[in-house]
Amino acid sequence: MGESKPRPRPPLPYNMRDVVLPGDAACPGCPIPMGWKVLSAVFGEKMILVIPASCSSVVVGAYPGNSLKASVVHVAFASAGAVASGITEALRRRGINDVQVIAWAGDGGTADIGMASLSGAAERNHDFIYIMYDNEAYMNTGIQRSSSTPYGAWTTTTPIIGKTEHKKDVAKIMIAHGVPYVATASVAYPHDFYAKLQRAKRIHGFKFIHLHAPCPVGWRFDPKYTARIARLAVETGLWVLYEYYDGKLRLSGPSRPYLDPSKRKPVEEYLKLQGRFKRLTPEKIEEIKKYVEWNWEWVKRHM
Amino acid sequence: MSKSMVRLEPIKYHVPLARPKQGVAGKTGFWRTEKPIVDNEKCIRCYLCEIYCPVNVIRVEPETGVTIDYDYCKGCGVCSDVCPVNAIRMVPEE
Amino acid sequence: MTAILEESRGGRILPLTGNYAVAMAAKMARVQVVAAYPITPQTSVIEKLSEYIEAGELEATMIRVESEHSALAATFGAAIAGARAFTATSSHGLLYMHEWVHWTGRARVPIVMAIVTRAIAPPWNIWPDHSDFYDQRDAGWVMGFAMDNQEAFDLTLQAFRISEDPRVYLPVMIGLEGFILGHTTMPVHIPDQEAVDEWLGPRRQGFVIDGSEPLAHGNLAWPEDTEEMFMDIHRAMMEAKSVIREVDEEYYRITGRRYGGLTQCIRCSDAKYVVSSMGAWSGDIMEAVEKLRGEGYPVGVLRFRFIRPFPEEDVAEHLAGKKLVVVFDRAISFGSMGQLFMETVAHLAKHTGKLPVLRNIVAGVGGVNVEWREFYELIKDSIDRFEEGGELEYFTWYHKARR
Repeated sequence: MGESKPRPRPPLPYNMRDVVLPGDAACPGCPIPMGWKVLSAVFGEKMILVIPASCSSVVVGAYPGNSLKASVVHVAFASAGAVASGITEALRRRGINDVQVIAWAGDGGTADIGMASLSGAAERNHDFIYIMYDNEAYMNTGIQRSSSTPYGAWTTTTPIIGKTEHKKDVAKIMIAHGVPYVATASVAYPHDFYAKLQRAKRIHGFKFIHLHAPCPVGWRFDPKYTARIARLAVETGLWVLYEYYDGKLRLSGPSRPYLDPSKRKPVEEYLKLQGRFKRLTPEKIEEIKKYVEWNWEWVKRHM
Repeated sequence: MSKSMVRLEPIKYHVPLARPKQGVAGKTGFWRTEKPIVDNEKCIRCYLCEIYCPVNVIRVEPETGVTIDYDYCKGCGVCSDVCPVNAIRMVPEE
Repeated sequence: MTAILEESRGGRILPLTGNYAVAMAAKMARVQVVAAYPITPQTSVIEKLSEYIEAGELEATMIRVESEHSALAATFGAAIAGARAFTATSSHGLLYMHEWVHWTGRARVPIVMAIVTRAIAPPWNIWPDHSDFYDQRDAGWVMGFAMDNQEAFDLTLQAFRISEDPRVYLPVMIGLEGFILGHTTMPVHIPDQEAVDEWLGPRRQGFVIDGSEPLAHGNLAWPEDTEEMFMDIHRAMMEAKSVIREVDEEYYRITGRRYGGLTQCIRCSDAKYVVSSMGAWSGDIMEAVEKLRGEGYPVGVLRFRFIRPFPEEDVAEHLAGKKLVVVFDRAISFGSMGQLFMETVAHLAKHTGKLPVLRNIVAGVGGVNVEWREFYELIKDSIDRFEEGGELEYFTWYHKARR
């Protein structure tokens, strides 16, 4: 780049180019490094990711190399919230305030085994960001059901009937904790995710972001559709993007049109692209539709 | 004693510490079964392929358009799917 | 221990429970972060630390976590980010955090933890034995155990110095028995803060993850690399032996107190029989031995202050060539024997082709109180039967029913 000519700005800052190093161990089309690129756009190298057992533990690669030009602390499964609490308090004690601590945990490490640790950290209101990247099953161990797996989905532990319960909604649980900031996000909307991280960065206290992250391997779709499927989840109204702070829910731009049910695409468009929903009966699809309506009613009540 | 003071005395042992490295999983370009081919005449410099690329191998520049580091591109095809003008197509690897 | 107290210099003497002595030591080490969860009988350690912090006597952050698993996880987080960090627990709390005991042992990050020991349920029982402590043997922690409140204070303070020594860089846990020490008040000699500051110095560690450079800790490693790391933990443990002895000597310079390194051997040099033990009841055993000495029995006591690293050289020095060795264990590896006995014999066999006659007596499990007179009887009976040429049981579980 010549000195004389100012470089035109892409829609996300150039930081995005520098942190996620090519050649990581993620499967093709994996949403995890997509999410990390957005984090890096906001924080650059100045972040410490606390990663419990998950696909992310593998994605960054093997010793003595690491695919991120940022700091990473791998931790035992049920511990992301607690370790991030400790790091945050140590940095505060030491007067270091230009480094963002981020707990980066999957749905198993958050909604299931990590729930107590998350709840404790949230209640104590430590000043860090917790991101639950939600690929809706235990993908690293081979696609077993988690409490965040949606109704009807095939997994290797719900192999014939599919999951018979609805998804545990961790963002709602975090709202009930009364933390300063809760948001939902999606890898399909990096600009929206970026804006939410920017807001979270400015808020003191515990911040929770629930990031919807389709997994090509576990959801049984062609890896080129990672972004498309994540977008369809929003366009069908299945996944609602919002922020919750100061006691109010604010619907995010991409989800705003879908407050009106007639604007939503049929959920079938989302379901049919994924092998995990191949055996859904019409009754189960109806149940999923009811769930979507019920969730939007909750959203409206809190706006 | 300054608050931030930690005396770092290097450790002589093997410890579980890792440092940033490109290609931790090797030349991941070998994984590819399909290769993204860009038509920079069609490209409108929207940056979406660069933003979404999970391997961070795509660069968009106003003058030159899209370039891809094929040493590491895993050929997932997300770039071709998010391109709004169909400037990237996937062709089978030979 | 009275002799040790009389030699103490500087500072002041305070009446402290074992738990308060531990809290006082952590305060004087100027810990910056404490993360802990209450459990009987550890509670008063963290209550006292909370009080120090809220009263402004200690500049530290108390993280009042929701579980012991999180207690050690948060302590680790603080430590790896460059803070001098401390926690304490007991029994089921220690078992609940066991995953993190291993994680921190293998992480090469200095941490200090106090274990106020207590039996494991069921049945529910809050009395002390050593089962919880021994359960952590294989995790890569340096492990020390106090005999009285003074030593609980001294060991806790020394633990920071040992843990942060570049030759070691391993976490250190200090055991003390609940109630017997934990809640019993004894005079404790406290050195001057300035002397402690100068001796201990600022926080030291081999690496820090604080964002100053991009660094990752704990990435996947291939088997060979993993094994190299674990072999180095073992090497560091071996080096820790000389560090523990050095620290004991340096500590003597500021306090006038030293214990003799990894073990303390009393009346050993001319002894034909040695009794071995760990923990508070070693004081009762010493009393029994003094009485037996008065009666002409050439008997000594080898008291273990550390079991990790295992003081193999001390065992060789003090036990090889003796006629009879009796090891008292306050825990049992069900289906085998007492842990201290097993390790003592395994290491002794390395150093002598002619083992002494060996006897393991397990007692005091579940917190059963064993008095000095009972030790007197047990030791006297062992020696008498040995000298009469009778059979000595290799293993005995000494038990008396509740009256």
